[in-house]
Amino acid sequence: MSSTNYVGKPVSRVDGYAKVTGQARYAVEHHVPNLLYGFIVNSAIAKGSVTTLDTSEALKVPGVVQVFTHKNTPSLAWFDRSYKDQDSVPGSPFRPLHSEKIRFSMQPIALVVAETFELARYASTLLKIEYKEESSSTNLSESLPQAHEAPKGKEGYMPPKSRGHAKKAFSAAPVKIQAEYIHGAEHHNPMEMHGSMAIYEKGGKLLVYDKTQGVANTQEYVKKVFGLSKDDVRVLSPYVGGAFGSGLRPQYQLFMAVLAALELKQSVKVSLTRQQMFSFGHRPKSLQRLALSAASDGTLQSIEHTCYSETSRFEDYTEVVVNWSGLLYQCANVELDYQLVKLDVYTPIDMRAPGAVTGIYALECAMDELAVALNIDPLDLRLRNYAPEDQNEKKPFSSKELRACYLQGAEKFGWNKRNKEPRSMREGNQLVGWGMASASWDAQQQKCAAKALLTPDGKLTVSSGTADIGTGTYTIMTQIAAETLGLPIEQVEFKLGDSSLPEAPLEGGSWTAVSVGSAVKATCEEVGQKLLKLAKKKKDSPLANAGAEDVVFENGYIILKKDPAAAVSILDIIRDEREDIEVESAAMPGMIDKLKYSFHSHSAVFAEVKVDEDLGTIHVTRVVSAIAGGRVLNPKTARSQILGAVVWGISMALQEDSVIDHNFGRFMNHNYAEYHVPVNADIQNIEVIFVEEEDDIINPLGAKGLGEIGIVGVAGAIANAVYHATGKRIRKLPIQLDNVLSEP
Amino acid sequence: MSNTVQEKTTLAAQPLAEPLPVHLRINGEDHRLQLRPWVSLLDALREYIGYTGTKKGCDHGQCGACTVLVDGVRINACMTLAVMRDGQEITTIEGLANGDKLHPLQAAFVEHDAFQCGYCTPGQICSAVGLIKEGRAKTRDDIRELMSGNICRCGAYTNIVDAIESVTGGTI
Repeated sequence: MSSTNYVGKPVSRVDGYAKVTGQARYAVEHHVPNLLYGFIVNSAIAKGSVTTLDTSEALKVPGVVQVFTHKNTPSLAWFDRSYKDQDSVPGSPFRPLHSEKIRFSMQPIALVVAETFELARYASTLLKIEYKEESSSTNLSESLPQAHEAPKGKEGYMPPKSRGHAKKAFSAAPVKIQAEYIHGAEHHNPMEMHGSMAIYEKGGKLLVYDKTQGVANTQEYVKKVFGLSKDDVRVLSPYVGGAFGSGLRPQYQLFMAVLAALELKQSVKVSLTRQQMFSFGHRPKSLQRLALSAASDGTLQSIEHTCYSETSRFEDYTEVVVNWSGLLYQCANVELDYQLVKLDVYTPIDMRAPGAVTGIYALECAMDELAVALNIDPLDLRLRNYAPEDQNEKKPFSSKELRACYLQGAEKFGWNKRNKEPRSMREGNQLVGWGMASASWDAQQQKCAAKALLTPDGKLTVSSGTADIGTGTYTIMTQIAAETLGLPIEQVEFKLGDSSLPEAPLEGGSWTAVSVGSAVKATCEEVGQKLLKLAKKKKDSPLANAGAEDVVFENGYIILKKDPAAAVSILDIIRDEREDIEVESAAMPGMIDKLKYSFHSHSAVFAEVKVDEDLGTIHVTRVVSAIAGGRVLNPKTARSQILGAVVWGISMALQEDSVIDHNFGRFMNHNYAEYHVPVNADIQNIEVIFVEEEDDIINPLGAKGLGEIGIVGVAGAIANAVYHATGKRIRKLPIQLDNVLSEP
Repeated sequence: MSNTVQEKTTLAAQPLAEPLPVHLRINGEDHRLQLRPWVSLLDALREYIGYTGTKKGCDHGQCGACTVLVDGVRINACMTLAVMRDGQEITTIEGLANGDKLHPLQAAFVEHDAFQCGYCTPGQICSAVGLIKEGRAKTRDDIRELMSGNICRCGAYTNIVDAIESVTGGTI
């Protein structure tokens, strides 16, 4: 009966048809006449300056139009603030082609523009470049003495707060562990490389297709840097081939495409190469020190967590890394410290669950080490120290069903059959290991606007300038809009990725479903009120005396709750009205609740690995991920979010590593052949459980966002499983076969 | 330390190779083009003809996003030059559906949510068409192994295997 109740149903992606037929057009896939192609040249050194940049041979090639370098780039915006964007961090943002100075390896130093891609690429090899090289420093471990405290300034970054007397409690406790954990840098590497098209239109206006997680962010950047008015730049980004954070800040190909289009008064397309995808932001390398202590019954006595994380010379990139150690478990004595180390690298950038994957990986490995020291089951240790409220903020959680995650995940996995002894479970020459970890992530909401248009043919178009980077935004917004107005989903269309639409926050932080969803719901509810008003005016209307709270919108009708036979067809109302109904509205997080409650999603992850005793190969054969993420808006796309995040966790645990050669300050494995991410054969069984979690405080949808929580605990669970399989505690990521074979 | 680094000081602009006539049959349609021999099949499709369904993910044969079928065999379009495919029959993602009716694999990918961002999807589907034709995959593990030339960074692998298996009925 309730056919238009779409929220919570496994609706297939509404953009699925476009994606499986090749009709979905990504950033650099638009065809315009007289298009030019740009190819970017990058610095061979990590620090110093360009002394010679001779473009004469390149310009001799027929079809080459121009070569832009720091020498012929017109003077642009002067102040740093013009280059800042919505995801900026304290410092001076990088300015492409600004001067001869080189501040990181693969810094873009020239843009060759030609009539074809091949010509631009060929001509780029003809530049004569000389550098004066200075010695660079890219080694985190060797630079710890230069560490400094991370400054405030980036949205979402909270300096860690300590409590109690951790060092005193540690020295007095009967059981304790201390350990140091390291993980390397990682690059996002979405399948679609970053690309931008600046289409030069009549009167000098620009239509920009950009690979971005925020069209408003791109528009604002272009406007400020190039001194244009808002009306002069429209940014479109209807399809984004993955981003995972790399599209949160405008990347340099955008600057290049816009620069060339404005200078040449012609449309220009610039795409990075896969190699160049390693030339901007990354997940920072981090070194973490943990010290935990407990009473002999497992009650935590102290937690100390220090993180050293890399940043660039020109900006202080911050993440919330150590705060999680004050949040996840009940503990009176907590000491947290987060330090940054400046190196000659590009500024890191948020990468899926920034900070949490780093900090919780180390915390959850340390908890496993503590469980071993206590001779307690690792799951029992977590349950014994369960935190009923947020001790960092001294607030209750709006909801927290982590206990259900532990119990349901453990049951599904068969955790009670685990033999505590390392190397005790084997199949032939395969050492079997079972490990687990907990996880948490913020459940935030941001201000967002949306627009709805209902036309006399009964079609509803809802829109907001948000993004769908594969997260399912198109689909869940269509579901929410259709359900709110009780219309068949086929009559509803959701539009996004256009700077001319009502403004949405950057697509990230797991807040899109909730922020945009709340705005879509509020906007459609206003349309509903207009419809009800019209319905009441109809002759002999059965709804004549009905107020907003007396009716429901369902199956194409406005229905009186207490008499379902009293109903008016929505199509009749809008058809008789003969005019569009258009509403623009916005939704904001409830500020009072925000002060009173702590909003978080949680999860428990259980992993099985098989380690070949002779070869050291490690396979993750089974993962159970139990998620407490509030109400699930679409179980099909939600499950995919978690499946994908688990793959990311497996990747972080065993494969991904941007290897820098400190002699050159350069990431050396900058391609898909040497920077390993999982392929199909690497991924075996993954089971996803969404535990029931009701939350009527957090937002009108009761949802928490699922883009990030799924990755957070995975690497820790796998590292713990590797210990259980082999008896070897590897305290660095990725864990590879040589670690398993060689370390004690 | 400070020293001078030089690179690429000896190269001089060379005369360019002239465009050659190339005849490609794409999704049943004839395309007669004049292409310089350095144009890859991938760029010919995307930049010179307008078939952007075939994706560029690395341009080095490392990711599989550009997988197309040439005379029924799956290949990476970035690893072959267009002039080498003169006269051959090329099928891209745009040529799989029959009008509005999706190819069974396309429908299965939607049903099983076998993608997120969708960028690797055309390559995955073309690769799966080629895989089924090869007749080598007998088990779920075979599918995983033989689809491993196609990276999905969103991590939809389990759903991709489900989608392919649903079309083959579990046995290929």
